[in-house]
Amino acid sequence: MTKQIPVAEELFTWPSDSPQLIGTHYPDSGVTTFPQSTACPKTAAQNGERVLLPRVGKLWSWTIQGFLPKSPPYAGKETPKTFKPYGVGYVQLADEVIVESRLTTAEASELKIGMDMELVIIPFSTDDDGNELVTYAFAPVKK
Amino acid sequence: MAEDVAIIGIGMHPFGRHDNTGMEQGAYAARAALKDAGCDWSDVNYAFGGSSAAGNADTMVSALGLTGLPFINVANGCATGGSALISAYNAINAGAADVCMAIGFDKHPKGAFDPDPADFGLGKWYGDTGLMLTTQFFGMKIQRYMDQYGISASTLAKVAVKNFHNGSLNENAWRRKPMTEDEVLNALMLSNPLTQYMFCSPGEGGVALILARGDIAKKFQKKPVYLRSAVLRSRPFGSFEVFNSWLSPDRGNSPSVGAAAAAFKMAGMSPSEMDIAQVQDTESGAEIMHMAECGFCEDGEQEDLIQSGATNLDGRLPINTDGGCLANGEPVGASGLRQVYESALQLRGDAGAHQVPKPIKTAFTHVYGAPGISACTVLSR
Repeated sequence: MTKQIPVAEELFTWPSDSPQLIGTHYPDSGVTTFPQSTACPKTAAQNGERVLLPRVGKLWSWTIQGFLPKSPPYAGKETPKTFKPYGVGYVQLADEVIVESRLTTAEASELKIGMDMELVIIPFSTDDDGNELVTYAFAPVKK
Repeated sequence: MAEDVAIIGIGMHPFGRHDNTGMEQGAYAARAALKDAGCDWSDVNYAFGGSSAAGNADTMVSALGLTGLPFINVANGCATGGSALISAYNAINAGAADVCMAIGFDKHPKGAFDPDPADFGLGKWYGDTGLMLTTQFFGMKIQRYMDQYGISASTLAKVAVKNFHNGSLNENAWRRKPMTEDEVLNALMLSNPLTQYMFCSPGEGGVALILARGDIAKKFQKKPVYLRSAVLRSRPFGSFEVFNSWLSPDRGNSPSVGAAAAAFKMAGMSPSEMDIAQVQDTESGAEIMHMAECGFCEDGEQEDLIQSGATNLDGRLPINTDGGCLANGEPVGASGLRQVYESALQLRGDAGAHQVPKPIKTAFTHVYGAPGISACTVLSR
């Protein structure tokens, strides 16, 4: 039985029916970082609190990764022949933070700055035992 | 600012792909700069240099002569050359040296850079999941900028067309073949909206500059060029940089804004007084955005400026007169010094086929790179 293994611990809540990204909120500056951090980049305060980030937001910018990234650091198992472009974007989550993420679509015609997006968990590779490695991504909200 | 620091010698190893090592390309540039300055290596009493992938600059003394001079290696990513220059400038201003060399060289493997997430303070997951690519950042920064300020894909392409044209006139450039707007637009889309020919490539090359106290410059060089300011800045809070897993909704300026403003202030000049400019064109969009970040226009004005040819060699403000990074490639350690080399060449009137037709007295350079650093200079005759 293959399992789904998150790419990193404490990046998003998992397993979960409604996963959320995990960040650090600094109460003095109001700054929220993603992923978690040990000091506020604005004030250097070290009193950050672990927070779960909103699951929906608006697309802030986007691009489409058009060529196979070098491995390492990329851990995908595609070859130049099997590689399919993937979307990458920044999604603004309320007024808290803008997070960088893979997108579930790589079609330019489906992406527009300001559109509503929601968090999903997607497989991006497999490990040596055949388990699925999963990461977070944002998908256009279906109307 | 008085005529305190002069550039008395410039030397360059052609950019591109070569059989010799990066270090040898650096030594070649150093010898050329010394010859141009009419001075001997033994006249140089301080040196600063670096490469990101071609070895320690100070080992070059075994090729130039073991004179015992202090030689400090500089490693500052894309601003390595700019940092070497600023260090030399400061050493002369501080009275630590009369004649200084700033040198940068590099030799990178083909293809996009493949940095290690840990070097940038990021978890391994960031690279694993396919986010560790500088090209994505450039695509996303200009994507939003185009949406906000009405910059067209045609304007992106025109920047590349201009820089390849300028490169075709420059014997030291790597890419010497002019391209049409259609060829640029219809090329492979690497990172939407940027195509293959809108990106520069990692490459090879070397540049050396010999600097001297302004009051002794003419003993060496009939046509010295004066460095009116040299400034380096790291990123302020709220800037948008490569390899940011998050951004603050409370947006701030790029480090280029602060570096350029400080360079103009130190020089006592304004952007409107610059006759030519070299600005970082890692890709076409970067040149467009840096025009505004450095103070040459308001956001969005680039559309008309570029479409009307204002930044061409014969335009009002020629930009990247040697073809920029697009035509020269990016040997990281040498790139910032190439801009200063080109500025000095233009100010002396020695640029040959790519010399701007109008008479010029002032020049500006701007380098930008990971993880959010910018170095700017103002030069004049």
